[in-house]
Amino acid sequence: MEKKEINVSGLVFEYPGDEEGAPGYLVLKGLDMTIPAGQFVAVLGHNGSGKSTLAKHFNAILTPTGGDVIVCGINTKDEDRLFDIRQQVGMVFQNPDNQIVATIVEEDVAFALENLGVPPAEIRKRVDDALKEVDMYEYREHAPHQLSGGQKQRVAIAGILAMRPDFIVLDEPTAMLDPKGRSEVIRTIKELNKNFHTTVVLITHYMEEAVQADRVVVVDNGKILRDGTPKEVFSEVELLKSVGLDVPQVTELVYELRQEGIDLPQDILTEDECYEALKKLLA
Amino acid sequence: MLKDITIGQYFPGHSPVHRMDPRMKLLLTIFYIVILFCVSNPFGFIPAVLFLAGCYMVSQIPIKMIAKSIKPILPIIIFTGILNLFFIEGESVLVQLGPIHISWQGIYTSVKMALRLVLLIAGTSLMTYTTSPIALTDAIEQLLSPLKVVHFPAHELAMMMSIALRFIPTLVEETDKIMSAQKARGADMDSGGLIQRAKALIPIMIPLFISAFRRAEELALAMECRCYHGGEGRTRMKQLKYSHLDFVALGVTTVLLVIIIILNIIPMPFLNWLL
Amino acid sequence: MVITTEHLTYTYSPGTPFEKVAVRDVSLTIESGEMVGVIGHTGSGKSTLIQHFNGLLKPTSGRILLNGKDIWGEGMNIRDVRFNVGLVFQYPEYQLFEETVYKDIAFGPHNMGLDDKEIDKRVHEAAEFAGLSADLLEKSPFELSGGQKRRAAIAGVIAMEPKILILDEPAAGLDPRGRNKILNQIRDYHTHTGNTVLLVSHSMEDVANFADKILVMNNAEIFAYDTVENVFARSEELKKIRLAVPQITNVFHRLLDDGLPVPENVYTVPYAKKKLLQLLAEKENAHA
Repeated sequence: MEKKEINVSGLVFEYPGDEEGAPGYLVLKGLDMTIPAGQFVAVLGHNGSGKSTLAKHFNAILTPTGGDVIVCGINTKDEDRLFDIRQQVGMVFQNPDNQIVATIVEEDVAFALENLGVPPAEIRKRVDDALKEVDMYEYREHAPHQLSGGQKQRVAIAGILAMRPDFIVLDEPTAMLDPKGRSEVIRTIKELNKNFHTTVVLITHYMEEAVQADRVVVVDNGKILRDGTPKEVFSEVELLKSVGLDVPQVTELVYELRQEGIDLPQDILTEDECYEALKKLLA
Repeated sequence: MLKDITIGQYFPGHSPVHRMDPRMKLLLTIFYIVILFCVSNPFGFIPAVLFLAGCYMVSQIPIKMIAKSIKPILPIIIFTGILNLFFIEGESVLVQLGPIHISWQGIYTSVKMALRLVLLIAGTSLMTYTTSPIALTDAIEQLLSPLKVVHFPAHELAMMMSIALRFIPTLVEETDKIMSAQKARGADMDSGGLIQRAKALIPIMIPLFISAFRRAEELALAMECRCYHGGEGRTRMKQLKYSHLDFVALGVTTVLLVIIIILNIIPMPFLNWLL
Repeated sequence: MVITTEHLTYTYSPGTPFEKVAVRDVSLTIESGEMVGVIGHTGSGKSTLIQHFNGLLKPTSGRILLNGKDIWGEGMNIRDVRFNVGLVFQYPEYQLFEETVYKDIAFGPHNMGLDDKEIDKRVHEAAEFAGLSADLLEKSPFELSGGQKRRAAIAGVIAMEPKILILDEPAAGLDPRGRNKILNQIRDYHTHTGNTVLLVSHSMEDVANFADKILVMNNAEIFAYDTVENVFARSEELKKIRLAVPQITNVFHRLLDDGLPVPENVYTVPYAKKKLLQLLAEKENAHA
């Protein structure tokens, strides 16, 4: 049995130039990272940083022009094993409307299993399980257009979960949602990671989501800029701002105060931590 | 306004009609349409109407839904009705005005045609009200699957239909949104001649097409990520199976056909003046 | 230009099982030149309300007045209302359709029946307000980046020179850099033209940073319509209707509850920093 992890080594990706001689476009410029099973990783970067291109390499939508991506021992360049890879690494996209295929929620969740030729009774069971995991079971007979954005996105996640993948990659799953839908989706992702030990790779540009991960990878200009715990990464306020990213309001406040020579810890990420620190300071 | 289209709208439920196999529903709907065109005796419409009314009752679909489904084709019904009324040659003429004449035969034919159309729409609507579109596409796929031998793309056809059904509400909503957005920029869609109105559609159609293509591209990618590779080796979660319910329905419909044929055969000389 | 609503009520699909009151008995006045943030959950009625301001929706009951005149009254042309009250929808880039950015921005002014010279002037001005460089004008809108498309679409509404500009979540889906660029551009537009701006947003932080007043919609009704300070002073109530107040405001309210001498109307980082430094300096002096 191969080790359950995604291994990226020396990943280079260039969009080819066209026949009229337009030059190719280098998006990923040599990335190395390993995503072990069970982790909740946030990949943070602004639009055009290459983070989505990176995500598309995890399940062989794109294959490297240089270097390798190995998923559970399978090289993504191995075309014969494509379905094995896609079963291991599920992918959820930004627009919930454009990834739901069927007109009934449970039919959509069943879609991948039907494609894989799973026997009907087994499909039924796995569809029900997946819908319960994302807390959408009671909506199983609804039509997608009757659901809110957050609910649709959870259905899309269920459609991936039904394949029982070890990894689930979400490419900006909350960018088109309202705050309520956003928190629904993030809560669902966190529960999956905690309760079912699904490895989660969350591609995002919202720092408040990245803060909740085990590990934050900052991608900028096709390279990995930082890779560490949220506390390590977000303490570098200046650096993050310079690549067009935000830090939480409380982190920024504490950073600004520290710049003025005020004695505060540098790894403050949450409201609670900020409150405690300021209370101590002012008391 | 655009959202009021109800043909093809499914009303979830658990009535016997809902539980029937969609293939049987599809076949019986076709069967019923054929029966409607077999009716030649005016009394034949009575069992045909009663049959459908019974079906609606069993299905627990509100009768007023019939009115809703007929509304869009009402102009056609009225138009054919008027044509028949004025231009059917008949012996018992009531009114004569140049080429236009109203006869009892004309009245009878126009009522008959209108009734036939109404029953036809009501019947097919009952099928779409009680059958989820996906079940319907499944049924079509299954019924057409013997044609795969001659390379008829039954699965692809069904998949296309099901995706179309899935995206109709999305695109309707999107059309509404784009229309509002262009109106907010002063687009005038309600006045001017035919050509001007057609031109006014450009700012709506182009964004709509672009969006549809973008959606198609993203959907294709999402489907690939879920291991879609055509119909080969595919299983279905919901297996279609005929049950006793389906055979009962088939029996009842056959009885209807028999009644109508009998009514057609029985000589009714008192009706001769009308036919 | 002053916009007033009087007992405005709007019901979707009246008389059907889907009947839903989207806006109920809303009366408010937005004065000329104000920058108002509009906040509320999806389904709170905020989108329905703003579509009444430019006559895209007609109230089920109640009136909308522009400078005291009923927009649905006699002698009013609803298209003129739309030229005076510009509305930028969510994801406006999906309405782009022309061959060039220039032509697309010109669509509104063209519909107004302006001459070519005036249109040309307005297109260039609007592009500048939206932060689009002139060399982009001859490109196809579909060649632009996401943020540029969004700004081109906004320019298309600005080019009509509306006295009131309404933007429905202009920053939705953009990354922090794109979001800041658009919001700053809108603020500059407001200061330069002095026109009224309504900014619909889900982000309390954005609204706190940019608006003078906040309109909070909840359950089809006005929950609050007041200055930023006064609205955030009700942060406990806002939390009850599940609207998040900025992190900083929360922190300061908790410090306040502990009896610490912090101000209560804190919602931006620079202001919080200033106040805290003041406090610390005072503390230092007291010790000395």
